[in-house]
Amino acid sequence: MNPFDYRRAEDAAGAAAMVADNPAAAFLGGGTNLVDHMKLGVAAPEVLVDITHLPMDEVEALPEGGVRIGANVRNSDLAAHPLIRRRYPVLSQALLSGASGQLRNLATTAGNLLQRTRCVYFQDTSTPCNKREPGTGCSALEGYQRYHAILGASPDCVAVHPSDMAVALTALDAQVVVQDAATERRVPIARLHRLPGEAPEHDTVLNHGDLITAVELPDMPMAVHARYRKVRDRASFAFALVSVAAAMSLGADGSVSDVRIALGGVAHKPWRALRAEEALRDGPATEERFAAAARAELAEARPLPGNTFKVALARSAITATLRQVHAEARGGDGHGGPGGHGEEQR
Amino acid sequence: MRVEFTVNGHAVAADDVWPGESLLFVLRERLGLPGSKNACEQGECGSCTVYLDDVTVCACLVAAGQAAGRRVRTVEGLAAQPARAGAGAAGADGGVGEAGGIGADGRAGGAAVAAGPGSALGARGDTAAGGAAGADTGQRDPDAERLSPVQRAFLEEGAVQCGFCTPGLLVQAHDLVARTVGAGGPVPGDAHIREALAGNLCRCTGYQAIVAAVRRAAEREHARLAGQERP
Repeated sequence: MNPFDYRRAEDAAGAAAMVADNPAAAFLGGGTNLVDHMKLGVAAPEVLVDITHLPMDEVEALPEGGVRIGANVRNSDLAAHPLIRRRYPVLSQALLSGASGQLRNLATTAGNLLQRTRCVYFQDTSTPCNKREPGTGCSALEGYQRYHAILGASPDCVAVHPSDMAVALTALDAQVVVQDAATERRVPIARLHRLPGEAPEHDTVLNHGDLITAVELPDMPMAVHARYRKVRDRASFAFALVSVAAAMSLGADGSVSDVRIALGGVAHKPWRALRAEEALRDGPATEERFAAAARAELAEARPLPGNTFKVALARSAITATLRQVHAEARGGDGHGGPGGHGEEQR
Repeated sequence: MRVEFTVNGHAVAADDVWPGESLLFVLRERLGLPGSKNACEQGECGSCTVYLDDVTVCACLVAAGQAAGRRVRTVEGLAAQPARAGAGAAGADGGVGEAGGIGADGRAGGAAVAAGPGSALGARGDTAAGGAAGADTGQRDPDAERLSPVQRAFLEEGAVQCGFCTPGLLVQAHDLVARTVGAGGPVPGDAHIREALAGNLCRCTGYQAIVAAVRRAAEREHARLAGQERP
C-alpha cells in the first residue's frame, strides 16, 4: 500500500475543502471499499480525510413527513432503525441482503452509495479497465460477464453498480444532500450515478471534494408495502445477479394508482424502471400486466454473451416482486388478505 | 502518530503508528494480541473479527487512527480473567504484558489494569461466561471454566479444524448469542446462525460443527438465563 497522510476534518465544509484542494485526497468513511482497494492498488490516495467522527450519524423524522439519514449512519444501524423498519421496510431488507454483519457494522450510508463496482477486472490491476485506467480498454467485453450490465452499458464499460441500498433508495425517490467547500445542494438519487458512456471512470455526477452529508427520504405511504427481492448465486454475502425494489398503491377499485420499481445488478447505476412503472400505472393490477411491464422495461436490454440469462431473470424477478407488493398493498389497504399468490415473506 | 484506545478493558497506547496501519496490525504486531488472524485483508473472510465499541467489525479494514478513543475487544477478551490476577497491581508502569516492545502504557492516570494487554487472555471479566462455567459444572480445569460459552461449545463440538477461522468465528458467534438469547430472545435457528456467520469463511468447510457449536452455546446460555429468572 502506498504511503498516505491521515487527517481528521473539523466539519463537513472543512472536509470538503481538504479534499477539493488536493486531487489525490479522499474521504475515509467506513473504509470497507476504500481500504481494500488501497491494498489491491486499485486506489492510491495520498491523503485520507477521516469524516467518521463528524456529526452526521442520526436518523430523524423531517417536519414535512420524510426521514433524514445522516451520511455516517452505519448500514446495520440504518437497517435496524424503527423509523426505517416501520415506514421504509424495503430499505432495511435491501441493507440486510448486502455484505456481511461485520461489513454492515462498518459501512456508512454515503459510503454505500459511493462504493465502486465489483467487476473483477476493475479490481485486478493486471488487466485493462477503462474505469480504473481510462483508455486501456474493457476486459469484460471478452471475459467474465455474469455480473455485468444488460441495460445502459457502453462499449467502454459494462460494469454494474453493486449497492443493494441504492436500489431501494432509488425506488423511494431519495434525495442526496451534498456539501462542497461553500454550499449545500440536493441531488435526486436517480441522477447521482451515471451511465458509463465514454467516461466510465466517473461513477457519479459529484465533483472531487463533494461530500455527501445526508440522504433524505420523502413521505411515501406506499413504501410501507415496498419490498426488496435479490437473486444471487448463494444465499448470503453475495452481490445481486438481479435485484428489484418495488412499491405499489391501489385505488379504491383495486387498480394500480402508483408504483415504483428499481433494479439492481443490471446497470452502471441503480436502474429506475420508468417504462415498467408507466406500463402499470392507472390500470388493473393483473398478472398479465405485471409481466407486460417487465417486458417493457427489458425491451431495451442488450445482454452480453455471458449474461443473456439475466434478461429473463430480471423479467421474472420484476413480475414476482410486483405480485408480492400487490398482495401486500391489498392486505394493507383492507381489500382482503394476500390473496392466493402464495408468496412467502423473506 | 500515537493511537490510544482500550483493548479488552485496558487503556493502551501505540506509538509511531503509521496511519496506514490497520487496527489488525496494531493489535497483532504492536500490542501482542495475535488471536485475531490476518488472512484476506479485504473484509471478505472474517478471520480478524473484533468488537469495535459494541459491534463486530473486520479489523483489517479499520485504519489505526479510526480506533482512537474507542473500545476494542478481541478473542483474547472473551474468556473471564484469571482469578489470580492482582487487580490494580499492574498498569501503573504500563501493563504491557509479555509481548513487550509495544510502546503501550496505561492511560488516564495509570488506570488500573489487571493484566497487560499482551497476555494471552484479556483481563476484562466476562461475568456471563464465568457464571456459566461455575453454574453447571463440577470439577473442571479452571482455565476451561473461564472460557465463554461459545469457546466451550466450540471445544465440545470439535468445531475446529485448522483453527485459522476460529477466533473470528468465536467473536462473531459471541455477538450473535449476546444479541439473541443474551437480549432475552429465543435460541436462534440454524438459518439465523448461518446468516450471522456469513462473513466468516472456513476454508476447511467445517460449518456443520461450527453451527452446532453456536447452537449449543446459545441453548446453554438460554437455559442459564431462564434459570436465573426463576424465583
